[in-house]
Amino acid sequence: MSNTSHEVAQRSHHTSGATSTALSAHSIDKKFPGVLANDSVDFDVRAGEVHTLLGENGAGKSTLAAVLCGLYQPDAGYLTRNGKRINLSSPRVGLQHGIAMVHQHFRLVERFTVSENVILGSRDLPFRLNRSDINEKVAAIAESYGLPIDPDATVGDLSVGQRQRVEIVKALYQGAEILLLDEPTAVLVPSEVEKLFENVHAMTAAGKSIVFISHKLGEVVEISDRVTVLRNGRVTGHVSGRGTANTKELARLMVGRDIELNAQRATHATGHEVLQIRNLSLVVNEVSMLSDISFSVHAGEMVGIAGVAGNGQRELSDTIAGLISPTSGSVTISGSMTTDRGPIKAREVGLAYVPEDRLGMGLVPSMSILDNLLLTRDRQLVVDRVSVRPEAARLIEQFEIKANGPDHLARKLSGGNAQKVLLARELSGGRGATKLLVVCSPTRGLDVGAIETVRRLLNDARSAGQAILLISEDLDEVLSLSDRVLVLYRGAIVHETPGETAQLSQVGAAMAGLASEGPS
Amino acid sequence: MNENIWVLMSGDAIAIATTLILAALGALFTERSGVLNLGIEGILLTSAISSFLAADASGSVWLGLIVGSSIGALLASIHAALSVAFRANQIVAGLALVIFGTGLANFLGKPAEGKTVATVIKPLTFGPLSDIPIIGPIVFGQDIITYLAIALAIVASRYLFSTRPGLELRATGDDPATVDAQGLSVARIRIRYTMFGGALVGLGGSWLMLAQSAGWHQAATTNGLGWIALALVVFAGWRPMRIIFGAVLFGFTLQLPFTLQAEQITFIPSAFLEMLPYLATLITLIALSRPGSRNLLGAPRALGTPFVRDER
Ligand SMILES: Nc1ncnc2c1ncn2[C@@H]1O[C@H](COP(=O)(O)OP(=O)(O)OP(=O)(O)O)[C@@H](O)[C@H]1O
Ligand SMILES: [Mg+2]
Repeated sequence: MSNTSHEVAQRSHHTSGATSTALSAHSIDKKFPGVLANDSVDFDVRAGEVHTLLGENGAGKSTLAAVLCGLYQPDAGYLTRNGKRINLSSPRVGLQHGIAMVHQHFRLVERFTVSENVILGSRDLPFRLNRSDINEKVAAIAESYGLPIDPDATVGDLSVGQRQRVEIVKALYQGAEILLLDEPTAVLVPSEVEKLFENVHAMTAAGKSIVFISHKLGEVVEISDRVTVLRNGRVTGHVSGRGTANTKELARLMVGRDIELNAQRATHATGHEVLQIRNLSLVVNEVSMLSDISFSVHAGEMVGIAGVAGNGQRELSDTIAGLISPTSGSVTISGSMTTDRGPIKAREVGLAYVPEDRLGMGLVPSMSILDNLLLTRDRQLVVDRVSVRPEAARLIEQFEIKANGPDHLARKLSGGNAQKVLLARELSGGRGATKLLVVCSPTRGLDVGAIETVRRLLNDARSAGQAILLISEDLDEVLSLSDRVLVLYRGAIVHETPGETAQLSQVGAAMAGLASEGPS
Repeated sequence: MNENIWVLMSGDAIAIATTLILAALGALFTERSGVLNLGIEGILLTSAISSFLAADASGSVWLGLIVGSSIGALLASIHAALSVAFRANQIVAGLALVIFGTGLANFLGKPAEGKTVATVIKPLTFGPLSDIPIIGPIVFGQDIITYLAIALAIVASRYLFSTRPGLELRATGDDPATVDAQGLSVARIRIRYTMFGGALVGLGGSWLMLAQSAGWHQAATTNGLGWIALALVVFAGWRPMRIIFGAVLFGFTLQLPFTLQAEQITFIPSAFLEMLPYLATLITLIALSRPGSRNLLGAPRALGTPFVRDER
């Protein structure tokens, strides 16, 4: 269709002599009502290489991956595997051709053991299962790619990184030659990302192909042999050769302009205390989730909470939002005690909250963007859609949300765009009376352009005198935005430092539980 | 107290237990696939009268059992169609099935009112073993279906926990999206096990009719056993082996007041007995409607939730 994609197609033909092309897509079109998610896309991956798909939120990366593994059928175009044309009518057929996808949301049965999950769906197993045989085979596969995992562990007890490993072992067990990894690092902490990359190298060394999707440009540069850039469903750029690309260049290819993600801090002196937390403790099922947390956030100040996921971040933010009652201690928002008073009270005194769980707690997936925006607007008896519609349209434009309009259903948005809707609602502060903004991982899953927008909006909110509590696992983000950084480890604040002089190494050590300095 | 009365009582208790094991296993298979079928009582009744009519007309109890089980599967397929294909509210669909089944059974049963079948399923004898006092008649004096029910529970346990289809069944009840992602058909699995469950319930209903030779007495034939079977599945934590013990326990509990009455001991009012099935149902529904207790009991995570693929 377009010139660019034509060139790309030519090129893949040209290079296929050197290393064999394992899988290629030819002029793929995929339509959804109102959007052309893939527009005549050409793409190919060779044996033993990592080929990255890069692009803005809603560019069509997940859609292309879904076509490549048989989850979606293209409206036009076709796939070839080792040069032969194939027709993937379902993911099962994809698997038979050695193509497997590791989803953004894991597809694992939590109550099952690792090996039960690994073998689920395998057709060539005998009727009666021989556990020790299966465990042996699972352990052997895991071992050979450097993915150590206990076959008898219950998946529900595993960390996110370990679950991802189970997904990968499962794909390999089913004979995958081509693995599609859709934002695999979005949920991982830095040390887990390193492990994953080792596994990826082990797999490519064994001749497997990896299709990698990520928004983190540093990672993309590190891991990719080739990069294909998508924009509005079309291939708009192509970079090959490991290490030849740099993050700046990739960012420009993606959004068509230069991106600046520089550190920014409060420019005004901070004002009065907006959020005050005193001796907050939370015990759930006899496990201490938060222990004796005290800190405050002032007007015009951004306080960052760093920490590895699962150290009490979620409990802390939910307690501030009034969703959980603490075992002891108090939360005060702009002078009013909100402990035990419920989420509506907290919002009434000026809280805006971007929770961790987007589609679960943040948005109602089955409702439109407009209705989702209305949720936190004035709580009148009769819903007034008419007057909010222009504002909704404006927010969609401001946040560059890829949608058909205010009536687009939340669940039909791409991952990053759903996130933007939530941010738009909370940052635009319905009643204009937001005094405290609690945001959890605000830029997870967003493309660099969107990250820039969100950071600018957070800064604007700070300059406007709002108090901001930024809870994020992205250490770079916390360090470059916060005026003060607190480190949360096992439910306690173990380190505090001004953002300006914060040392990456010190904060990192505190996150790992090696803090020398106690809470101040 | 007379020794015989205890033998008699155990006999009756085991009779109730056999129906309960079969009906509860049926409900268990259905629920393990994620489908909640509250219509068990309706299926029990309809299959009971169908088996009666079939056995009466043909003179063969075995044909009666086959007809009863088939009717059970057929009724369950209505529930499967409503809740899997049309994604109806499963509680409402199940209750509708109870009402429909009870009405249909009473209609079919009009000509059979008060009649008893000529041929019944006969207890087996194990020679001298059956002559041991007390234990003999209780352990070695049952009919083939009772032994079959116990064997079925044991096989069901092996099937669920150590076979490939058993693994797929459990996964479907817990996490249908994952099963779907493996390219297995959630709908097909759910329909299959809902119908198989219905057949087991139907077998239980037919046996109640044909082995007990109690005759058709409208709803009093099953007396709420279907509801108790549903409660039993919950209390057994969706594990087949525990159903055997639970069924025997319930059997004795239900039978005790009658025995005591026969012995002229009447401190448990019979109204309590009549209340029991509904009390059990109430507790079951409360237990199933709270996420906390559901998890604690080990309920299949997706129990009662229709599966829709494109939800994202
Ligand atoms: N099931 C669906 N129904 C309707 N529209 C869809 C569906 N899936 C995706 N889309 C639309 O197709 C476009 C591409 O979506 P896709 O999920 O492929 O984006 P993406 O590149 O993966 O974005 P992100 O980085 O945000 O995950 C978006 O505009 C999205 O709204
Ligand atoms: Mg995506």
